Amino acid sequence: MSARDAPPPSGDVALDVRDLRMRYGTKDVLTGVSFEARRGEVLALLGPNGAGKTTTIEILEGFRMRSAGEVLVLGQDPAHADEAWRARLGVVLQSWRDHGRWQVRELLGYLARFYVPYSTPEVTRPWDVDELIRMVGLAEHANAKVQNLSGGQRRRLDVAIGIVGRPELVFLDEPTAGFDPHARREFHDLVHRLADFENTTILLTTHDLDEAEKLADRIIVLDGGTIVANGSADQLARELTTQAEVRWTSGGRRHVHAVTEGDPTGFVRGLLAQDQEVTELEVKRASLEDTYMSLVHRAETSGAETSGAETSGADKNTAAAGGSGQALSERTEEVQS
Amino acid sequence: MTTTTTTRTDARWAAVRAGLSRGWLETKYSIREPGDLVWTLAFPVIYLVVLLFMRGSTVPGMDFALGAMVLPSLVGMSIGFGGLTGPASTIAVDREDGTLLRAKATPNGMIGYLVGKILMFALTTAVSLVALVIPAFAVAGDLRLDARTFVLLVLIFLVGMLATVPISVALGSLLKRASQTGLLFLGSMLLIVPSGIFYPITALPEWVQWVGQAFPYYWLGLGARSAMLPESMAAAEIGESWRTAEMFAVLGVWAVLGVVLAPIVLRRMARRESGSTVAAARERYMSQGY
Repeated sequence: MSARDAPPPSGDVALDVRDLRMRYGTKDVLTGVSFEARRGEVLALLGPNGAGKTTTIEILEGFRMRSAGEVLVLGQDPAHADEAWRARLGVVLQSWRDHGRWQVRELLGYLARFYVPYSTPEVTRPWDVDELIRMVGLAEHANAKVQNLSGGQRRRLDVAIGIVGRPELVFLDEPTAGFDPHARREFHDLVHRLADFENTTILLTTHDLDEAEKLADRIIVLDGGTIVANGSADQLARELTTQAEVRWTSGGRRHVHAVTEGDPTGFVRGLLAQDQEVTELEVKRASLEDTYMSLVHRAETSGAETSGAETSGADKNTAAAGGSGQALSERTEEVQS
Repeated sequence: MTTTTTTRTDARWAAVRAGLSRGWLETKYSIREPGDLVWTLAFPVIYLVVLLFMRGSTVPGMDFALGAMVLPSLVGMSIGFGGLTGPASTIAVDREDGTLLRAKATPNGMIGYLVGKILMFALTTAVSLVALVIPAFAVAGDLRLDARTFVLLVLIFLVGMLATVPISVALGSLLKRASQTGLLFLGSMLLIVPSGIFYPITALPEWVQWVGQAFPYYWLGLGARSAMLPESMAAAEIGESWRTAEMFAVLGVWAVLGVVLAPIVLRRMARRESGSTVAAARERYMSQGY
């Protein structure tokens, strides 16, 4: 079970993004991105490299100015938000070698001090530092120098720093890039705990479908600066993978037909009505993974120039399906032995 | 609205206090680090070497030990050099390794960062000054040592920090890469030439004297000499006077300039910082090694 069963207690909107656009010089990086996140939701922005994930998250974090569109993060525009807003937000950065000389507990203790004035009756800020260190599994390293931590330990410290102020909303940009499978698994557990325990809204970016499926309640697929799909993993499989393969045997021969768009049921009904000898009927839908891989492949081979301009939010399904059709033969019937 | 303004003020004070703890912690880490300690103790060591070479020599035409004459100039120089190059190079490094981005992601984090930096440089420079001055008084008996010396030195130290640290912060923010800090060291060294620290400024061509007097080094050196040398040594200075008022005025102008410029330049630089700029720097380090 990757998605959490309990619905968030309030229907409040934590993130509201409408028609977000970003242009660097003449290059359009985001061409109209719109989505919402309710409080307590775990959202994954999934997409190949260069899809605009990092740009989107950096605009929401208030680290980057957008070209156009409306953005509300916890009810405020990140471009003009104040420090009180910043205190309700957690940004998990990928540390590299900053604060290398600092001791783990001293660094967290220092950063925690900034949040004390923002404590409210509802949310006690910040976290108790020792409790937080235990929660992220760094108790044995509380007195270690940051530069002596392993990669996985350092990333757990990054998470601890990101949440030390008990944020209502946490941003994670490519949190497990460069992780070995074990570290990745530990990290996933940590994110789950955070989401379940604190009812924190989480937005993370990843280019790994598996990770998005494991962590997120909802996945938003970004490609070429626009959203091509938005939903749970199951919904995504239905929405994004519109191709299916129909195979059957008739008159001792094996037939294959590719349905590239829409529901294959109609084709099957027609087939059965026309041909009474059909046996061994199989209908196979392309897996979400197949579809996503072909999307990634297309993004890598075609580069930037074809992306972006080809689609607007309305006909997203056809855009995704049209781009990934090369895996299957077109409407021709093939004969195999 | 009163509650929100109180919170804002409270939060800023909390950030200042956090910054003070940051400055203290960073000083502690810096003193424990052998690489940093070398810098802190560089001036005392340089002075020892100078003393060794100047043994027995006196200021030309006067019965005054040359070694004692050089000490106050070195005090001024170490304030100026520490204040000008230190903050600039750490800001350039902190920017690339993500330290500044962390400050930006924390409410009022930039206030804490700046307060911490200023305190750290003040403390490490003070440590290095103490290490320079205390043994020197024991060696060079001709130096003046009274309440005026002490008060003037503390004042010059404070004004010197104000005149150099903000300017340095601004310069560091202008650098594109941490590897360019070498330029700052070079520039700083060049400014020392016409500053009258190693060579009496009155012996230099007049236009060089004007260049020297435009920058803080000369005035820091002059101020330190006025604090530590006997009154009669003023005769060797421009206008045969310590020019204390002018000294504070010029350093004050540099302080105002820095205090006005630094936040503007720093804010402009910090606005551009994001996860991807740090990632780009990291990538460059991985592939090119600098």
